[in-house]
Amino acid sequence: MADVTHGTLPPLSASETDDVELYHPHSWITRYVFSQDAKIIAIQYSLTALAIGLVALVLSWLMRMQLAFPGLISFIDADHYYQLITMHGMIMVIYLLTALFLGGFGNYLIPLMLGARDMVFPYVNMLSFWIYFLAVLVLVVGFFVPGGPTGAGWTLYPPQAILANTPGQQWGIIVMLVSLMLFIIGFTMGGLNYVVTVLQGRCRGMTLMRMPLTIWGIFTATIMALLAFPALFVGAVMMLLDRLIGTSFFMPAIVAMGEQLAYKGGSPILFQHLFWFFGHPEVYIVALPAFGIVSDLISTHARKNIFGYRMMVWALVAIGALSFVVWAHHMYVSGMHPSFGFFFATTTLIIAIPTAIKVYNWVLTLWRGDIHFTPPMLFALGFIVTFVNGGLTGLFLGNVVVDVPLSDTMFVVAHFHMVMGVAPILVIFGAIYHWYPKITGRMLNDAMAKLHFWVTFLGAYLIFFPMHYIGLMGVPRRYHEMGEMAFVPPSTVTLNAFITIVALIVGAAQLVFVFNLAWSLRKGRPAGGNPWRATTLEWQTPQTPPAHGNWGQSLPVVYRWAYDYSVPGAAQDFLPQNQPPDPQPA
Amino acid sequence: MIVIVVFMVVLAAFAGWWLSRQGLMAKPWLETGVAGEATGAPPSPRPIEKIGLGAFLAVAGSLFALLVSAYSMRMGLPDWRSLPMPTVLWFSTGLLILSSIALQATVIAARRDELDGIRSGLLAAGVTSLAFLAGQLLAWRELAAAGYFSAGNPAAAFFYLVTAIHGLHMLGGLAVLYRTATRAFDLSAASAPQALGRLRLSVELCATYWHFLLFVWLVLFSLLMRWTDDLIEICRGLLS
Repeated sequence: MADVTHGTLPPLSASETDDVELYHPHSWITRYVFSQDAKIIAIQYSLTALAIGLVALVLSWLMRMQLAFPGLISFIDADHYYQLITMHGMIMVIYLLTALFLGGFGNYLIPLMLGARDMVFPYVNMLSFWIYFLAVLVLVVGFFVPGGPTGAGWTLYPPQAILANTPGQQWGIIVMLVSLMLFIIGFTMGGLNYVVTVLQGRCRGMTLMRMPLTIWGIFTATIMALLAFPALFVGAVMMLLDRLIGTSFFMPAIVAMGEQLAYKGGSPILFQHLFWFFGHPEVYIVALPAFGIVSDLISTHARKNIFGYRMMVWALVAIGALSFVVWAHHMYVSGMHPSFGFFFATTTLIIAIPTAIKVYNWVLTLWRGDIHFTPPMLFALGFIVTFVNGGLTGLFLGNVVVDVPLSDTMFVVAHFHMVMGVAPILVIFGAIYHWYPKITGRMLNDAMAKLHFWVTFLGAYLIFFPMHYIGLMGVPRRYHEMGEMAFVPPSTVTLNAFITIVALIVGAAQLVFVFNLAWSLRKGRPAGGNPWRATTLEWQTPQTPPAHGNWGQSLPVVYRWAYDYSVPGAAQDFLPQNQPPDPQPA
Repeated sequence: MIVIVVFMVVLAAFAGWWLSRQGLMAKPWLETGVAGEATGAPPSPRPIEKIGLGAFLAVAGSLFALLVSAYSMRMGLPDWRSLPMPTVLWFSTGLLILSSIALQATVIAARRDELDGIRSGLLAAGVTSLAFLAGQLLAWRELAAAGYFSAGNPAAAFFYLVTAIHGLHMLGGLAVLYRTATRAFDLSAASAPQALGRLRLSVELCATYWHFLLFVWLVLFSLLMRWTDDLIEICRGLLS
């Protein structure tokens, strides 16, 4: 390796590095419940998110049952169906994906990968989790209030979201908006922590350009989330006021059930702008951490340095910035000025450039790598394929002329499930298989992991590939029952039944994963400190699982980037980030 | 939405400037050793609290920029009817300016370690801020008494919303100001220098926050007074 070696210093003692004042817990409660340790908070976030995610999975089963076998489950009427789709979407996008990537992986990995002892504001970090937990509780309360949860769709478009006859109009919508506001407040507390920790908490030698791409992904996504969530907050506050005290921010003059309502002068389009100003960046808030994590998984499990590290960083930042100027591509059919549509189609397609750079770089990292088909690698490969698939249909939908006929069909449902449902979830699984050994000290069972992967991966394709065709046939989304429609051939009915059966199987396969998590906790093979022979700092901790304070007596010092794999002449084929360079001959 | 887009562009420009100093052109795969100082700026020497506040202000700024965006979008619709603005808003604006000045004076006193100056400055800032909030409440009552508090008046709804959110931010600031003030009154000249240093930091954070609130209020005030109509018209022209 051609070294441009700057002055190599001996490792510094702890007294020379800027150490964080650590909070030390004194009781079981402060250690495990109201914990200020980012690692515990990460586990709390992850378990809560996975638990509520399982609820959303069951909701999707019920939806699929209704679509394939209408009337088989008698209690699913039109109202319940709308409630199912609303809660499924909202939970998956916000309470599972956002919370798990940023609250879960962010909390666990940021301090460890950057060589910090903890987040910079541990107390605020603890509050962040508990407010998130409260938000989830409030969300769950929505299932039990009179009238049930809101059925306005996850986009909560007014005016129908707060009109009578929309399910959950009585309490459900209020509970949902309050829960979202709580989530945003909790997330902001956590997000400020992640950003400031990345800026200020890095150990000696950890320059920004030596950070693992996982951290770059989480860092960029957090900044985006901090700036985008206020849009949802403003929208939620205004809608709550419309619903509770009868203001008219979003409610136009409207006649409902033959009666003129008191609302007048509101603008429903205004809500769409606010919602999608949050909603589109949200896609990348979920995708960027996945991009980062997948880069690290591929590099580690293919024993090869990441191809084009700098380009990867720039692409992450560029995607983050661009994603703020594409929101109106969700509103092509809202009656916008055609030149707006042209502008937003252009920005949308431009995003394909940095995204494609990332995909090429992943593939080139794999090229002639020493690929190990470990569960994390399988999931990472599954992600690349799925993301390319979902991304390509995104190119279709980004064009106004193609989007208009496809809008509100199952094609859109298939597209966004591929690109921001299945793809990020595959990364989450891969990441859990990758970091579980560090979190618990034990490996997850390999056979169960591979079974889980193949059923999930193939199943996801069997579910969502045919769904594109159903959409192209013109089958609309959000219809709880098709009834007699001349343009829908009988084959789509069969296809729908097939999709539902696969969905049931894939859903059940997740139980294998949950079982594996629990079983391996006690029975898993002991992992040792660095089972994947990875370079990043979290694998170099003195204890596994890392103890409170992470680093024992002295903080690590970083001497190199995070991707020194297959280094010629190295004792172990890789060089950890904190391994000092060989002394240079004078 | 042009306002929020402009806000984002400003933030992006700042982020770009900052990133350009972080060694983004470095080739980390070629560089070993403790190269932090050579290839990228080390973490800023500022205290983490200041960076944290800066990040929070960006978030709060985004919130207000979105409110302004929504407000100006709604103003563009043909049925918009403006409100007569209560005169008391002028007084509350003056009070908020005084409050900001008082905190700036407190910062100067804190840098000189003058405890008396800190205490009186914090008191003055607290009193003027409370008076500002009282002024806002008076404006609310005045408008309600004039019959503008009704469902069908978006201008009134927006007025109440933006002043309420701004006021809530001020209440949060007042809670911190109160804690800072109690610490200032607990300390004496003989206290440890670290305690004085922490007090100075708190005072500086409060001052920054108040300047931010003042800036936001001036923007909101000019919007409510319709001084910015021409500007908004120009922005709208850019888009169509």
